[in-house]
Amino acid sequence: MGLDVRLVADQSAIQAEAARPEAGGLHIVGRALLGNRKALAGVIILGIFLVLAIIPGMLAPYDPHAQIFAQTLGPSREHLLGTTGNGQDIFSQLIWGTRESLAIAIIAGLLATGISLLIGVSSAYLGGLSDHVLSLVTDVFLVIPTLPLMIVLAAYARNGGLAVLISVIVVTGWSYGARQLRSQALSLRNREFLDAARVRGERSGYVIVFEILPTMTSLIVANFLGVALYAVLAAAGLQFIGLGNPSDMSWGTMLFWAQNNGALNAGSPLWAIVPGLCIGLLGAAFALLNYAFDEITNPALRPVRRRR
Amino acid sequence: MRYLVRRLEFFVVTLWAALTLNFILPRLLPGGPEVALLTRFHGRIQPATIKSLEVALGIRNDQNAIQQYLSYMGNMLRGDFGVSLGFYPQRVSHVIMLALPWTLGLVGTATLIAFLLGTLIGILGAWRRGGILDSVLPPIFVVTSAFPYFWIGLICILVFAITLGWFPQAFGNSSEVTSELSWTFISDVLWHSILPAFTIVLTSIGGWILTMRNNMITTLAEDYIKMARAKGLSPTRIMFQYAARNAILPNLVGFAMSLGFVISGALLVEIVFNYPGLGTFLLQAVKNEDFSLMQTLFLLITVAVLLAVMVADFLTAWLDPRTRERG
Repeated sequence: MGLDVRLVADQSAIQAEAARPEAGGLHIVGRALLGNRKALAGVIILGIFLVLAIIPGMLAPYDPHAQIFAQTLGPSREHLLGTTGNGQDIFSQLIWGTRESLAIAIIAGLLATGISLLIGVSSAYLGGLSDHVLSLVTDVFLVIPTLPLMIVLAAYARNGGLAVLISVIVVTGWSYGARQLRSQALSLRNREFLDAARVRGERSGYVIVFEILPTMTSLIVANFLGVALYAVLAAAGLQFIGLGNPSDMSWGTMLFWAQNNGALNAGSPLWAIVPGLCIGLLGAAFALLNYAFDEITNPALRPVRRRR
Repeated sequence: MRYLVRRLEFFVVTLWAALTLNFILPRLLPGGPEVALLTRFHGRIQPATIKSLEVALGIRNDQNAIQQYLSYMGNMLRGDFGVSLGFYPQRVSHVIMLALPWTLGLVGTATLIAFLLGTLIGILGAWRRGGILDSVLPPIFVVTSAFPYFWIGLICILVFAITLGWFPQAFGNSSEVTSELSWTFISDVLWHSILPAFTIVLTSIGGWILTMRNNMITTLAEDYIKMARAKGLSPTRIMFQYAARNAILPNLVGFAMSLGFVISGALLVEIVFNYPGLGTFLLQAVKNEDFSLMQTLFLLITVAVLLAVMVADFLTAWLDPRTRERG
């Protein structure tokens, strides 16, 4: 969705960066991020979750697995968000669940972006038959419906744990980025600074890593954010229907247990509400950053002041 | 013509990939498919069931891998998907026909509403840059698109079904109403579909709005829009006949491409609402380890998305001469 808009955005980014390819580095991205309100909100949310993920033990009041309290308590000073139908503290579960949810998003995001980059850029750079085959593979993965595919894969590899979950998300999530990166690399292919590198006699590996990749930094980052958002939602969906490891502590498995215990009807609706809120907040952080990236790379989309 | 050949190649390869995936996956189970399945189903099923599973997955001990693959492909292309294990001894195709009308009705209608409404809002938002539709809605939908579809469904159930009691919590119709073509039955079905449909519209509309808005903004900068303005044409005419008409093309393609995502999201919404459609059956199949039903559902959804993409492709080629020339 929005592929063509992205392509337009890519082109203006290319024009802006091709003028000064040596300056297309991370510091420009960083400065632009902090100047954008949406991006700033995304960075702050992400930062909070990062802290929760790193030191949950210092912040959570109780052991998230311990079934030692009265069941379905309402919110109180002892239990900020009440307790589950199994007598666990919801607030502690929420804090401990951050780690796995965030880890899935980041690891799956990095892996999928890596594959997109590998396939997209080599497809564009090699051209000819390899390009045709790689593009075809990309398109096939792009169109196969992701959730049914994920469900089938996860059902066969049942109880495989976190690694299976992440692999399934990566397998279904890399294609969109590969297509985007390919089209940007394609438009870069005949730039003069690449011709210069070739004339200098550099090997294709060097050209791809040191000449092409730096000019694509912003698109690569945007891509990572897109996959991270996808990974958060996909992991939550799979865990919700019981295809994760139910004894892990994550927001998706909290929803799984809440649903299986009929939390909505049994008087502990917070059990089902708060993990979803956290998933949404984390996803929103990635989405806001991504949206801000679109605005940064495509000035036409920036908000305008109303004028007559 | 070259364009047509390339697209056909893509459709055939995708279909083949989905079919082959279904063939390979059971064979990757530790110990091979027979051993793995026999252990899983040990004592639970009759030898006849194993036989039917062999048909669905193409497992035959007396054949080598290539023969198995060929006979499996033959079965699939003939539409012979074997027998469902979860609904034994019903055939998979029969089970799917029970669920299909529900999903088509619910997801089809909801998706169409979301597409039309979202596109309209996108047009209006881009037309009045800085207006309410432009400055408030896109950020809101960026945030809502980050929430899981199924969780929005849970919240809708909590608010509208449990707290307010306006709509039923689950299922496609009430058990006391008999399934017949009567007003009571139809209104009962509609009554049950409002909340899940609302959930799907709410969660999928943001994409249409954003895509359409961004396309419109790009189109509105074109020279022919300036020309139309200079000629003094009415704003409505410029908005719909000049700008929207050209900006909607990518949205049409997007509509087809993202149908897969919409269906994926809708499957989870169905599960949350216990709606008797494909999603609920898919979950059932996973829980029962009903591999034949599960694989056929995956295949069916893939084919549906492929068909939609194909239609959108030819629609774009027909509507936009540039795609034809580019070849």
